[in-house]
Amino acid sequence: MTSSSDDRTPDERAHDGDGEANLARPDDHVDSQAPASVDDSVTSPKLGFVGWLRWFWRQLTSMRTALFLLLLLAIAAVPGSLVPQRSSDPNGVTQYFRDNPHLAPFLDKLQAFDVYSSAWFSAIYLLLFISLIGCVIPRTKHHLEALRAKPPRTPARLSRLDVHTERTANADADAAIEAARSQLKSAGYRVALFESRGEKSVSAERGYLRETGNLIFHSALVGMLITVGFGSGWGFTGQRVLVEGQTFVNTLSAYDSFNPGRFFSPDALDPYSLTLDDMSVTYEQKNAKAFGQPIDYLASVSVSHQGQKPTKQRIKVNEPLRTGGTDIYLLGNGYAPTITVKDPSGKVVFTDSIPFLPQDPQLTSIGIVKVPDGLAKQIGMIGLFYPTQGAKQPPFFSSYPDLEYPVLTMQVFEGDLGIDKGTPTSVYTLNTDTMTEIAGGKAASKALELMPGQTQQLPNGLGSVTFENASPTASTDDYSQSVSRFASLDFHHDPTQGWVALFAALILGGLIVSLFIPRRRIWVKVRADEGRDGALIIEYAGLARGEDPGLKAAVTAVADRHAAGLGASAPPAAEKPVPEKNSEA
Amino acid sequence: MNFDEISVIALYSAMAVYALAFIFYAVDLARRSSAVGVVESASPVAADRAAGAQAAGVTTTLVRDTTTLDTTDAGAARYGRSPSLRIGVALTVIAWVLHLSADVLRGVAAGRVPWANMYEFAMTGTLVIVTVYLIVNIKIDLRFLGTFITGLVLILLGLASVNFYVAVTPLPPALQSIWLIIHVFVASTGTGFFALGFGLSVAQLLQARRESIAAGATSAVQRLMATLPSAERLEALAYRINIIGFILWTFTLMAGAIWAEKAWGRYWGWDTKEVWTFIIWVIYAGYIHARATRGWRGSRAAWLAIIGFSAVMFNFTIVNLFFKGLHAYSGL
Ligand code: HEM
Repeated sequence: MTSSSDDRTPDERAHDGDGEANLARPDDHVDSQAPASVDDSVTSPKLGFVGWLRWFWRQLTSMRTALFLLLLLAIAAVPGSLVPQRSSDPNGVTQYFRDNPHLAPFLDKLQAFDVYSSAWFSAIYLLLFISLIGCVIPRTKHHLEALRAKPPRTPARLSRLDVHTERTANADADAAIEAARSQLKSAGYRVALFESRGEKSVSAERGYLRETGNLIFHSALVGMLITVGFGSGWGFTGQRVLVEGQTFVNTLSAYDSFNPGRFFSPDALDPYSLTLDDMSVTYEQKNAKAFGQPIDYLASVSVSHQGQKPTKQRIKVNEPLRTGGTDIYLLGNGYAPTITVKDPSGKVVFTDSIPFLPQDPQLTSIGIVKVPDGLAKQIGMIGLFYPTQGAKQPPFFSSYPDLEYPVLTMQVFEGDLGIDKGTPTSVYTLNTDTMTEIAGGKAASKALELMPGQTQQLPNGLGSVTFENASPTASTDDYSQSVSRFASLDFHHDPTQGWVALFAALILGGLIVSLFIPRRRIWVKVRADEGRDGALIIEYAGLARGEDPGLKAAVTAVADRHAAGLGASAPPAAEKPVPEKNSEA
Repeated sequence: MNFDEISVIALYSAMAVYALAFIFYAVDLARRSSAVGVVESASPVAADRAAGAQAAGVTTTLVRDTTTLDTTDAGAARYGRSPSLRIGVALTVIAWVLHLSADVLRGVAAGRVPWANMYEFAMTGTLVIVTVYLIVNIKIDLRFLGTFITGLVLILLGLASVNFYVAVTPLPPALQSIWLIIHVFVASTGTGFFALGFGLSVAQLLQARRESIAAGATSAVQRLMATLPSAERLEALAYRINIIGFILWTFTLMAGAIWAEKAWGRYWGWDTKEVWTFIIWVIYAGYIHARATRGWRGSRAAWLAIIGFSAVMFNFTIVNLFFKGLHAYSGL
């Protein structure tokens, strides 16, 4: 670039001296040069296949496309918040189908209940990330080159730059240049010396970290997507309901439900055992406005790893237990009345603690008892449990979630439980289609109604049902320990969590660096003051690369320090007025 | 009287003073529109300036001009600060002190951070918005946004105290976490910055319109806008404010994910609230990109910032109240 015949804008001049004119950014980035008319040939109809590919690739990796895809992504994410999603709210989806029998199947075809794994949502973010990769790779290459390149040649007329100021000093030109060089260098600038038409100058640039941060940010986004996309394949989630006193051994068969990732092998399970010693819930009792509100859930467990003594641990909401490669979460709890069924001779045919599912804040709970063998007929019972029964007559309700006056009622059915055919049935539902109601509901007998420790006969002389008292030794009206609780635990194994954390940190760090580190160029040029012998006029100028609100202050500070170091005698020359950017168009 | 009752009184007082501040800010705006005609005819350079600004407006998409970031700005300097503006700011500070006391007392009454239900979110969130406004004003003169800020805060506080007031209750186990403190606080701060950015972007759009019409604008709004910084400077300010908001929002999203991992066992599950936090994040990422895209810089980018903040408000109100999800808030 020869400076004498150069009358382009300072921006242009500053940009193309160094071979990184556009930071290899998409050509519709504001920092890059406006598309030249050469582009016309690219859009002409004579494009070959490769030409088309190249054209398509350039479109895909343009800023405009990135922007368009980002906005599209935002819009595409909306429907998933309007319609229940199978992944986060499967019951909501079932309900939606029930409420909108005509609309739902149609929406389902559009994958509206699986928005975030739908073909269209995936297409948008995959395109976005392809665009991102297509953007980041060339920029990284360019940036690596720029990191090794010298700062650009000093523009011919510094006074045309955004920020410009002058000082005069009585000093030797070489000394002044050397002082500027070392001052800028120690301030973190990359420096180079130039000489043009006898005028010596320092060219300095800083803030490469800005682009580094930007590239780290964008690359870490890709890393995050890949980790989250594939990472779940190596993990698993499993659920298990444990009643107080029960023990779980970490093997496949011990889980109530188990969802392995695609690449998960059950050999990876560490067979530790975990016993639920106690599940305790604290309820608010002082504050009348929140009476009965749970304020603490605490599952006390004993964990023992192979060949080791058990250790006492706790699991709370918000405080998962991390052990044996799994994270264990306390996601729910409730009552598990122990129910014993005997045949007419008094022989026990069934005894178990049945987890009852809470239905309301006062913990009215529903549970199912199935007795397939040992009685004259199969029986099934639908139980309603009220920890503190609050009515004299049915309909009963629970008035407090803790065990003050616990009552269990059971509706009894006899007939075919439908479990002999080997088809799996849920322990939480009872199919009464092939059964007859014999107690409760429309049946002749009333529903069974029991308090802990009580026994009642089944109708038709089938046998008896006992609601066991979990603490038989307590005084007669202290029911506080009379019914066991259960904890429902979630077990997760996710080997990629560390990676996710790492990429998150890189995203945040890269973002902060790229948004706040200014990238700027500063030039210092000296020339002899024609009028006064031995005097120098020193020019300082700065150019922002990207957002840089502090540029002016920075140039002034450089000038002040440099001039002070030279013992500048004259007061600073008048600052240049706001440049008329368009005057040279 | 207990702490919560005093807190409520302090909050209502704060609202009254905010209302007064709003009036004074509004008077200032009205003054601006009548003052400008005089100034403009008195100053022969004014027309020139307007023409210059117009040219600058046309070329903003091509030139990355940083000089406009100078703290002195032609328009604002000509008008100065009217007494009503000064009173407005002083009243805002007084209201802020009352508001702060209300918030602190609520926290004392509850024995925990005062942001665990809609009422408390609104109270703390608006406090943070005003705090951000006042602090930013120390560095950058954004007093002209006073009407917008006090108006927004009044509406939110009014809605919250009338519709969402709940007595102090203990934290349910699901909210007992250090991440409640961090996540919600950072989200509120981010919201404060987005609110300012929104105000600036709206001003930028109005200004750009005024600049694109020939000098000598006549409507009250246009005359008022003449006393504010140029569209280009407003855009630069909005950008600086919004990127701070964006970083805070990025952190909010991450802190929320960490908390979700602790509470629910997964860091991301597309719960409605997560969806909207993500949408907002993507919109602002779009805004940042738009500002770096030829043809989008300027008014189009401003629209994205406006949409972004609208989504923030939507998330805070409609999504919290009417959308079903895991993020159930106590007291509602
Ligand atoms: C997943 C999608 C993307 C997200 C969330 C995203 C987000 C961001 C954010 C937050 C910034 C500002 C912070 C910074 O400068 O580092 C930014 C800047 C930038 N992005 Fe992206 N981006 C995405 C995709 C892309 C794509 C596909 C391209 C290429 C076409 C791209 C090119 C750029 C460029 C050139 C900048 C610098 C802007 C400037 O100079 O101010 N980004 N991006």
